[in-house]
Amino acid sequence: MIAKGKVHKYMDNVDTDVIIPARYLNSSVPSELAEHCMEDIDADFTKNVKDGDIMVAHNNFGCGSSREHAPIAIKASGISCVIAATFARIFYRNAINIGLPILECREASEKIEAGDEVEVDFNTGVIKNLTKNESYQAEPFPDFINEIIAANGLLNSIKK
Amino acid sequence: MGMTQTQKILAAHAGLPEVKAGQLIRAKLDMVLGNDVTTPVAITAFREHGFSSVFDKDKISIVMDHFTPNKDIKSAEHCKYIREFAIEHDITNFYDVGEMGVEHALLPERGLVASGEVIIGADSHTCTYGALGAFSTGVGSTDMAAGMASGEAWFKVPSALKFNLTGKPSKWISGKDIILHIIGMIGVDGALYKSMEFSGDGLKYLSMDDRLSMANMAIEAGGKNGIFEVDDVTREYMKGRVDRDYVEYTADADAEYDAVYDIDLSKIKMTVALPHLPENTKPVDEVKDMKIDQCVIGSCTNGRLEDLRKAAEVLKGRHIAKHCRTLIIPATQQIYRDAMKEGLFDIFLDAGCAISTPTCGPCLGGHMGILAKGERSISTTNRNFVGRMGHPESEVILASPVVAAASAVLGRVGSPDELD
Repeated sequence: MIAKGKVHKYMDNVDTDVIIPARYLNSSVPSELAEHCMEDIDADFTKNVKDGDIMVAHNNFGCGSSREHAPIAIKASGISCVIAATFARIFYRNAINIGLPILECREASEKIEAGDEVEVDFNTGVIKNLTKNESYQAEPFPDFINEIIAANGLLNSIKK
Repeated sequence: MGMTQTQKILAAHAGLPEVKAGQLIRAKLDMVLGNDVTTPVAITAFREHGFSSVFDKDKISIVMDHFTPNKDIKSAEHCKYIREFAIEHDITNFYDVGEMGVEHALLPERGLVASGEVIIGADSHTCTYGALGAFSTGVGSTDMAAGMASGEAWFKVPSALKFNLTGKPSKWISGKDIILHIIGMIGVDGALYKSMEFSGDGLKYLSMDDRLSMANMAIEAGGKNGIFEVDDVTREYMKGRVDRDYVEYTADADAEYDAVYDIDLSKIKMTVALPHLPENTKPVDEVKDMKIDQCVIGSCTNGRLEDLRKAAEVLKGRHIAKHCRTLIIPATQQIYRDAMKEGLFDIFLDAGCAISTPTCGPCLGGHMGILAKGERSISTTNRNFVGRMGHPESEVILASPVVAAASAVLGRVGSPDELD
């Protein structure tokens, strides 16, 4: 599977309160959550984002609250993949559990800039920066995680 | 090689003689928790994937504490959705308005969590129960759904940071000051994916309420869990609350830690975290001229009886500054009743405070104390992110109950030492 899109770039410690502020958590409808995604730190995000775009950030992406509404909002806004140097652990679980592709890659998080055109190959973990003509190698997932992804999410991987 | 306290609990719940950091395991769960924000997403996932029964109706807790009493129609619809699920599955520990409290104060109080147990909760502050020597950690709604269905969860066994606490804290110092100091020292991702294990001679000076507020904020350092060695304080707390056998796990003498920090509690100062991260800490006496518009005393971090007693000690015979709205939110119905019986409510009312029914409301900017553009609140809660308590251009300063109360009197960030 390949994702290709324009990059929306953020820095360290993007918390789930700014990804989707709690004042909107009285809804659990993905499209309603997407309308407010990132608005407290990037008011233009919802206007600018296009299907397939890629989010790139530095350390500890998704820290704070355990709200699954955060990866749901990002996914529903059209983002195809989030790349960060590190992810907060609950966000990491949630993204995998709901099928939002995420990749850990410090080099990519440092070199990719806002607006770059990037292509990600999920099978190899290779991230190509088409704007800068560079490529970076992401950390592969452990097999256990790949099994959850292959089953199309955690709940499908549990026996009924 | 020896195991940490956390690793021993996880090994036992995975049915393994030993586990190592980094190992992926499937562990049996003693409790699965959700609240009114995260549970609706879990219920929908549970149903959409064709599950029709829960693994154990006694081992699920659902607490309606975030947007309750219902703040608007949408929240009311969420609560109704959960209530119908709880009735359908006869969930024993379903707590609605009138019985509910802030979840992480309520579960320990009711004896629903105990030493040696494994708990997951669809709320990041589920790490609170480590104060009792349990392994507990926050997860998302899908993990909650999987936990309700199967009674199990997968974990990557964490490595650990050890905090060796020594010395006696001085007057006015609480668990909140200690944990803010530690987060300031290691940063908001200083314990990423790791356990924070607390032990040492200094533990004997920390009450259960101190420990609960410290374990509560392990997540603010990125930690997977925070956990305390079990001692007489823990046993005394569980007596009369926990009516089942529980196991005490102690770290092996040769357990390996990524780092060991020696913390002399006698040197900890009253500490606040300035906007917009919990790691932006400063001793309160170094903070000058920060006017405040609101003061919140409550939450899963600091809404327990001892917290209210300390705030009352500061507020007794005093009045809050003009234009500094002060909200007191006892975390559970029991705490509410106890505080009232002890006469704390009279002190708060005389000081000009508002007293609320239990709710998480203002902590996450949900309701009951939202900030306008440019306003600033001092708060005994746990997060001061951008927009956390309201407008994206408002600010939150995290503090202990005595610092929050003193600041409310001063109308600016300050300490009880500054009061006459």
